[in-house]
Amino acid sequence: MNIKKLLNPDWYELRARMGRRAVIGIPFIWLLVFFLIPFAIVLKISFAYTEIAIPPYSSLFDYADEALTIVLNLGNYLWLADDPLYISAYMGSVEIAFIGTVWCLLVGYPMAYAMAKAPKNWQSALLMAVLLPSWTSFLIRIYAWMGILRNNGLLNNLLMWLGVIDEPLVILNTNVAVYIGIVYAYLPFMVLPLYSNLVKMDKSLIEAAQDLGAKPFECFYKITLPLSMSGIIAGSMLVFIPAVGEVVIPQLLGGPETLMIGKILWQEFFNNRDWPVASALAIVMLLVLLIPIMIFNHSRQKDLEGRS
Amino acid sequence: MINRKLSFSNVMLFFGLVFLYLPMFILVIYSFNASKLVTVWAGFSTKWYVELFRDDQLIDSVLTSLNIGVTAATAAVILGTMSAYLLNRFGHFRGRTLFSSMITAPLVMPDVIIGLAMLLMFVSMASTLGWPEDRGMLTIWIAHVTFCTAYTTVVISSRLREMDVSIEEAAMDLGASPVKTFFVVTLPTISPSLISAWLLSFTLSLDDLVIASFVSGPGSTTLPMVVFSSVRLGVSPKVNALATLIILCVSLAAFIAWWFARRSDRAQRDAYRMLGRDQ
Repeated sequence: MNIKKLLNPDWYELRARMGRRAVIGIPFIWLLVFFLIPFAIVLKISFAYTEIAIPPYSSLFDYADEALTIVLNLGNYLWLADDPLYISAYMGSVEIAFIGTVWCLLVGYPMAYAMAKAPKNWQSALLMAVLLPSWTSFLIRIYAWMGILRNNGLLNNLLMWLGVIDEPLVILNTNVAVYIGIVYAYLPFMVLPLYSNLVKMDKSLIEAAQDLGAKPFECFYKITLPLSMSGIIAGSMLVFIPAVGEVVIPQLLGGPETLMIGKILWQEFFNNRDWPVASALAIVMLLVLLIPIMIFNHSRQKDLEGRS
Repeated sequence: MINRKLSFSNVMLFFGLVFLYLPMFILVIYSFNASKLVTVWAGFSTKWYVELFRDDQLIDSVLTSLNIGVTAATAAVILGTMSAYLLNRFGHFRGRTLFSSMITAPLVMPDVIIGLAMLLMFVSMASTLGWPEDRGMLTIWIAHVTFCTAYTTVVISSRLREMDVSIEEAAMDLGASPVKTFFVVTLPTISPSLISAWLLSFTLSLDDLVIASFVSGPGSTTLPMVVFSSVRLGVSPKVNALATLIILCVSLAAFIAWWFARRSDRAQRDAYRMLGRDQ
């Protein structure tokens, strides 16, 4: 037994309890102050009036003559609902993120499948090869496509040289470029959860199905695909949620037709300096993403705590 | 290709990897182009690299970014270790669900929302508490520590979960206090994951444009902010040269992180084999 514990049980217990509290308390308070409370403040400011002041919004609470008045300005939300620009930006974001996610899945699933079936000593290196680009600067990777997709860029030069086209294709500053950017930037986030799901799969199930006469496609459709559903969900959420709020891709690769809410929020904040409207935009974006985020958190927490 | 079988999925894997790497190779090649016109090849030259080192604004932003990256990654690893430890070893405590939600939310939360929320909080704090007086390095650092902690917690947590708890229990049975057990037994076992978590946070912090743009002040410009403002003007060989250097440094860091993670996997497998438990 611990000698200190025997000599002075109270002191030891107290210290253990204090230590436990500190380990819980420090990260807890940090996240509370710097992550949770900020969202409450965004909610608060979304109900404020825009003012030409520092900071550029009105105060919600006013205490004068022993009366507390709370002024909630719903105008920002009505403004969003009124202006078709914002509504189509939300629709556009969801649509672009959705199509981008489907493309990621179509490209990423076969990749993850091939990685999971590769020889064991190859797998670690292949995983590294897929993940390495996602560590490299996001901005730089999007920038690389600007040079390729331009009217006089590499792709058009190549296609004209091959004689496939006579006139350069306009790809940069269209939605096609945005899709390419999303697939390129988020592909590793799709492949990783799919791979870790597929690699754990029990191969004897497939063998059993084959023994019983199932064709390869039938095997895949009836066994592999349903069993990898949790990987598909995790990967799709990892792509869809950040893609809805994407700022850099629509600004660099997209054009005027690319209406995405992240870009609008950015402009509202930095160009118009309308903080309350930007806050209202962020709150509505959060509401749009609430269900996907909850699905993701649910699957993630199971993972984090080792339950399955 | 790999299976010596030309199946559909192997072909897709091959083209997927080409798709991931080709744009970066092109970027690297064109950074050595002598011509100012990006599409015309005019011979090999390193003049754009020389020009990079003459750009004082750029060098300043690199130093700012490195400074924030190193300190934020260190703090995020400390907070992440605590969070991972309490999620894996403390059982139930009050607010556990809230805590694990707060840990996982930044992983997927769009950057614009995190950036805006952080900025508005700093502004509110400044007007009510008088702190932070102005925005700059400190506010970027706090923001980066917060979102990097989510990633470090995930990385360290997965290692902590794989670790054999009985070693910790043995140490405590032999009279080590929980603190001593942590530093003598737990910490050395999970140290490879701490290194990869640190490198991951470091690259995330170096790469962040959106959050830093929201919470930075007039005096502090990070590297991605400089890159973004020049990229918006179009493609230029100087940015290509800068991009090449960034790709080189980050790949190196990522490779080291991967190597440490892999080595720890192998060490663990060997340990299991020695115990006669083949896993």
